[in-house]
Amino acid sequence: MRTERLETVFESLRARGEAALIAYITAGDPSLERMPDILRLLQDSGVDMVEVGFPFSDPLADGPVIQAAMHRALQHGASLPRVLETVAACAPSLRIPLIAFTYYNPVQRYGLERFAQEAAAAGFTACLMTDLPPDEADEWLTCAQRRALQPIFLLTPTSTTERIQLVAARGQGFVYCVSRTGVTGARDQLPPDLPDLIARIREHTALPIAVGFGVSKPDHVRQIARIADGAVVGSQLVQYLHEFADSPNWQTAIGEYLRGLKAATKRSEAAP
Amino acid sequence: MPAYTAPDEKGYFGRYGGRFVPETLIPALDELTEAYLQLKDDPDFQRELNYYLITFAGRPTPLYYAANLSRALGRQVYIKREDLCHTGAHKINNALGQALLARRMGKQRIIAETGAGQHGVATATACALLGLQCEVYMGAEDMRRQALNVFRMQLLGAQVVPVHSGTATLKDATSEAIRDWVTNVRTTHYIIGSCVGPHPYPMMVRDFQSVIGREAREQILAYAGRLPDAVVASVGGGSNAIGIFYPFVEDEGVRLIGVEAAGRGLNTDAHSASLVAGEYGVLHGSASLVLQTDDGQIRLTHSVSAGLDYPGVGPEHAYLKEIGRAEYAAATDEEALGAFVWLARHEGIIPALECAHAFAYLKDLAPTLPPDAVILVNLSGRGDKDVAQVAELLTREGQDAQQDS
Repeated sequence: MRTERLETVFESLRARGEAALIAYITAGDPSLERMPDILRLLQDSGVDMVEVGFPFSDPLADGPVIQAAMHRALQHGASLPRVLETVAACAPSLRIPLIAFTYYNPVQRYGLERFAQEAAAAGFTACLMTDLPPDEADEWLTCAQRRALQPIFLLTPTSTTERIQLVAARGQGFVYCVSRTGVTGARDQLPPDLPDLIARIREHTALPIAVGFGVSKPDHVRQIARIADGAVVGSQLVQYLHEFADSPNWQTAIGEYLRGLKAATKRSEAAP
Repeated sequence: MPAYTAPDEKGYFGRYGGRFVPETLIPALDELTEAYLQLKDDPDFQRELNYYLITFAGRPTPLYYAANLSRALGRQVYIKREDLCHTGAHKINNALGQALLARRMGKQRIIAETGAGQHGVATATACALLGLQCEVYMGAEDMRRQALNVFRMQLLGAQVVPVHSGTATLKDATSEAIRDWVTNVRTTHYIIGSCVGPHPYPMMVRDFQSVIGREAREQILAYAGRLPDAVVASVGGGSNAIGIFYPFVEDEGVRLIGVEAAGRGLNTDAHSASLVAGEYGVLHGSASLVLQTDDGQIRLTHSVSAGLDYPGVGPEHAYLKEIGRAEYAAATDEEALGAFVWLARHEGIIPALECAHAFAYLKDLAPTLPPDAVILVNLSGRGDKDVAQVAELLTREGQDAQQDS
């Protein structure tokens, strides 16, 4: 059954002393046919929520790994309606909630109302648009709310108090906290000012906070679990899905990677 | 016509414009808007900008009565000579304005995107002048087409960063520059070269470029004794066109005509005519008319001219089209090449391939106007950068430069 609110997932994880492991994949890479298997593997390996990336030709907020994945996905014909179709076919068999992750242009082209309706019907709980800040989202918010699709917005190290208050007022599900200024992509270390950023956001909202950008290792996840409610891994997972695409053991390799990350979300084990 | 006041405070020209960018950039855009609005009317800043425009960039540029073209077309043709600006194109007007602004904002690092290389050269020049660090993103394909400008930028101390993604042209260079800005926003100012991008860029670039139209309007009133019947300019992102159009916007009798790149023809996919053939969309931070597929993916574009080879266009042009204040047409690669040779032969001026599109359209436009008509054409840049490419193209077509056009 479709999860209605992401907040409830965070609440039950919190009760168990865990942060959420949120995984990003680019739909259609390596292929749309494989997406149902990937989603099941993610669920079986401990992922608590999945961001399903809709490919776009000009992904401004993404680094080289996700740019390349989107390019391959488009080459393979992963258009917006086909992604919706694929999700609709496999979502009923999934327990974990799905978040649509997209750029604005393909969605406005498809029609905001139509996209909100079909994304909700396909089984998405929430939607995040990287290049649609809350100030530009009036029309989208109306459409999303009508279909009970939770709008997620991002905050970043450059966000001012006014921006934090705006996202607190307009966002639902969780606040996506971008760990550093920059585009997506794995990094060695989390930025040292991350705890301060999260504290600044907490002052203004009771929404859960998930941290993404540059998160790829169990150690990153462990640090985030101490201060936030969820960790988002993207580029590294996308890279593995690509690298192991032709390997018969792809599920073993990726499952292991994800279980390592999930273990790091458990706060009882998070003590140094 | 009622007073023209666009954009509104959110950066909208009607339904076009706005700010469709990652959240990281919003505070930087707020800061930039505030700094710009404050300096725009600051006499000290204006004095500083004017000083460099006059003593360094060579303004005002002449308005030239093109006697030979006028005779050939039977209409009075005036050419605004932006090709005589320092660095060879109008791009220096905006690069100087924004570099001075960046320095006032305390940003020591400048990034820019470039297509034909003219904006890259102008930015590298302004940075050398003002002692700022400069990196220019340029599509690898454009670096090949415009090797001379790559060397000029390097000579001026800029680092030219090749971009290989997508079609390796202006669109991809712009995306990569935006990614750099998202990463280094605290220390870096991004000098966008055209009237595209998120608010306040389309407004700010227009304001810096409208020195072209302000001068031209005064000059043509003095020389022809009246306003022109039509103002013609080429449009890629649209900065030279908006620069010459804007001071004429409230002059209702003056037709404003932008000429886009029809590439291999509007009936093919190989063109860059966003205003003529594009649809409402969002690219590089603003809503405008965009060449895109039915799925909302940005289309690959083509033009013989690197500076016009871009799938979007400034939001103000989309708005001027929508309210019927400006008209937009397109000229093919072949027509532009013809006009390139035509202008060289008849006026002794080698135009940039971008502007050759405007002159190609001039040939069609002139006979439709009354015999006493006055036409103002913006020659936004000189064609030295294009000579090698044109030689190659003419040879391929079995023509040579000696042949009569």
